[in-house]
Parts: sequence; C-alpha cells; structure tokens
Amino acid sequence: MDVIGDNLPLYAQGFLVTLQLTLISGALAMGLGLLLAAMRVAPLRPLRLLAAGYVELLRNTPLTLVFFFIILVTPQFGVRLPFDFFSFAVVALTLYTAAFVCEAIRSGINSVGIGQAEAARAIGLTFGQSLGQVVLPQAFRTVIPPLINVFIALAKNTSVAAGFGVVELMGTGRRLTTANPGGVVWILVGVALGYLIITISLGAMAAQAERKAAFTR
Amino acid sequence: MRTRRRGAVALIAATTLALAACSSDAEEPDAGADGDAEDMDVADFPEGSTMAELAEAGSITIGTKFDQPLFGLVGPDGVPVGFDVEIGRLIAERLGIDDDGIEWVETVSANRETFIENGTVDIVVATYTINDDRKELISFAGPYYEAGQSILTLASNEDIQGPDDLDGKNVCTVSGSTPEQNLVENFPEVEVTPFGAYSDCLEPLKNGQVDAISTDNVILAGFAADDPELEVRGEPFTEEPYGIGLAKDDDEFRDWINDVLEEIYEDGSWTEAWESTAGTVLPTPEPPAVDRY
Repeated sequence: MDVIGDNLPLYAQGFLVTLQLTLISGALAMGLGLLLAAMRVAPLRPLRLLAAGYVELLRNTPLTLVFFFIILVTPQFGVRLPFDFFSFAVVALTLYTAAFVCEAIRSGINSVGIGQAEAARAIGLTFGQSLGQVVLPQAFRTVIPPLINVFIALAKNTSVAAGFGVVELMGTGRRLTTANPGGVVWILVGVALGYLIITISLGAMAAQAERKAAFTR
Repeated sequence: MRTRRRGAVALIAATTLALAACSSDAEEPDAGADGDAEDMDVADFPEGSTMAELAEAGSITIGTKFDQPLFGLVGPDGVPVGFDVEIGRLIAERLGIDDDGIEWVETVSANRETFIENGTVDIVVATYTINDDRKELISFAGPYYEAGQSILTLASNEDIQGPDDLDGKNVCTVSGSTPEQNLVENFPEVEVTPFGAYSDCLEPLKNGQVDAISTDNVILAGFAADDPELEVRGEPFTEEPYGIGLAKDDDEFRDWINDVLEEIYEDGSWTEAWESTAGTVLPTPEPPAVDRY
C-alpha cells in the first residue's frame, strides 16, 4: 500500500502524460471522426467508399499493429516524420479512434428520420447545411452514450503507447515494479486508480451532457 | 463456400507465420542436452527435501524468458531454447527428470518473484539478476553467468563510446527492465525511450529516432552479430550476475543447486551448454564463482 503513497510524484507524472494522450487524441479523433461520418452519408459515392474503407481498415486492425505500422514501418518507406514518440502515439491513437467515432456518429445520424433530411433538402438547404443544422443537432443526444464508450476505450488504449517509447501511467507502473519487486500488486492497483480517475470523470461528463441535451420528441 | 472458408483460414495462417517470422530473426540453436536423464535414486536426497519431492514426482516446472534470444527464446513449436533453458535442463537431469518431465512457464520481469512465492514455478532461470531487493522475497542460487549493461549504436556513429557520452541522447530500452531503471536513476541526463521489446528498438535506431540501445551486453551482442550495421560500444558498465530463483529460505535446495552448478562447471557441461547457445555469437567466458550467501 505504501508504494503508492511513496511514489505519488511519479504516478502524477505518468498520469499527466496519459491524460494528455487522451485529451489530444480524443479531440483530434472527434474532428476526424465527424469528417468521416459526413463522408459516409455524403451523396458522392467515392467519398462514401473512401470513408467506409478507412473505417473497416482501422476498426479491424489491432491497435498495437497500428502503432507498429506508424512507428516502425512507415520510416522504411522513406516517410520520416520529425516527430517525437509522444506525437507518434497521438497519431496512432487518433487514426484508430476516429474510425470508432465515425461509426458512433453515423449511428446517431441514422437514428434521425430520413424525412428530416429530405425536408431540409426540399427547402433548399445544401448537404452541409442540412447535416450541420438539421440532422446532427438531433443526432447529438443519441450519440453521447456510444461516443463516451469510445472515449473511455481511448483512455485505456493509451496504455499501448507504453510499449512505444512513451512513459505514461502504465510505463510508470512498469518502472515502479522493477524498483519494488515486493509491491507489484499495489503498484498496479495504483495504475488502475489512475485510469479510473479519467474514465469515471468522462462518464460523469457524459451524464451531464446528456441531461443538458435532453428534449422531448 | 467451403473453399472460400478454407481460403480465409489459409490467409490467416499465412499472416500469422509471416508475422512470427518477422518478429525475431535471432538464431535458434539446437537444444544441446539430449534429454537422457541419468537414473537417479530418490533415496539419494534427504527425506522431505524439495529435491526428493521433485525427483519423486518426476516433474519440475521451470520459469524462463520466452523472448530473449540466446537465453530463452520460444520457437514456433512452443519449446524455448537458449542458455537459460540448458541450465534448467541440466538441473532437472540431476533430479532424474527428463525433458518430458519439464514444464516450461513463461516468466517476465514483473512476475518472477510472484510466481516463485505462490509456487507456480519450482525454479526460475530467466536472465534473473541477483540483487538485494529481490533477495528479500526469494532466494538465489548461482550466479551461473555474469552479464553487464552495455550500449549498442549504429556502426557509423562513433560519438558514443561509453555511458558518459549518452547525456542528452535518446536511448532505447525495455519498459520496466533493470537497464531502464539503472539509466533513469544513475544517468539522469539521458533521455530514456522505453519500448515493449528489445527487437522493437532496432528500427528506431536505424531510422535515427533513437541514438542508442542499452541493455545487457549478451542481448546486444546477439543483435550486433546478426547485423553488420550495428556495433556494441565500450565495456559493460554494470554487473548483472544471473542467478536461479527459488523459494525463500529453502537453503537445502539452494545448496544443492549450487553444488550442481559447480559440478557442471567441472565436467564441462556448462561450457557445452554455452557453446551450443549463446556461444554461437559470444566468446566462452569462465564460469563465475557460486555465491553461497
């Protein structure tokens, strides 16, 4: 038990890195996911195909492999990004999570009656306007629970970065277990608590947002 | 339909194979011991001792690394090979246990003490550095080998000749390993980049994303032997005596293993085990003196 208290500053450091990974990748994935969802319902077939291909590819690839490809394989093809390993981790997490964000949003879009979109087009709104001003606002409420699932998964997925040069919460835990072979169990409990802080607050934020977005149909 | 399904299975199998082939290009030396255990009478061991129990059961569970080239590396058939594995075999042999009686369990750095304490394994032979923290939890026989932390760089990079040249440099090692701990504690100016496995460090090193890899010299030597682009720099700057972990305060068992080690030093089977495994890329050292603490 003492190992957690004794190493609080180290835990805090790792926790901050995990939090940064979650927030930055989460924000970027939200943007990219929204764009992909718009492409998936766009009236242009090539756009739809492109987005669907992206989603199938990234959603069905293990995250560890995505990391491997971005960090270890792309440089072999001459793509040498002047990134540190933290940025690589953000890129990998963003690309991976965006596929799930896209599908969550698309499910919300599909839950809005087709008549809404048709009516919007009938009164002369463009595709972008009808999506942004009519469909998405109505989809928002349905989308919150699945989206929060995605972000909770993202928070936990950041631990994969521990194997790719980023010392976040999990990496800190591994260092601590080496230094305190007797306290492995408590050290890992400490790591789990760190993730709980992030995921439980995400859940609370979701509940709050859902209440605000409540409306009667 | 059937052919299609078969095609899918074949595709998955091929992918798995290809990945397995990529993941490690280290050599897998043939097992040196032929598995003929000498007939040993159980009565040779004092009654109630761990040796008598194991010999009577005719089986032993040994923890080792499954991902450490030259020491304990598991092949596609699920059987680990390497120097640690040979040492484990030699000990089992002297208990009258043949290859079929040995169960190999993967132990990673984080679970070795736990596995010994809760009896999941009888002994651990897994590039296991003897140190005081660990001695509080378990007992060590040996050492049976002495490694030391060293540095691997590109052959073209001659700026780094020793640990003092690493200040401000990006050094790759394995997350949660003793070398990582040593770098963080004793070389605070070094930027430590931990990866999941040492083999993962190779690409970033070649791409220039990290400047060096640092871990035990024996592991680095394995990489350098496989690739002329890489070179081990300087002398080892730590001492890592590898010991055999066993339940704490089982002094009888520990003394017996130490006796076995001294025997295999004498009769040449230690040297033979080394030459058939790590000795394929490293010079054969003198066996270290057993430390009966």
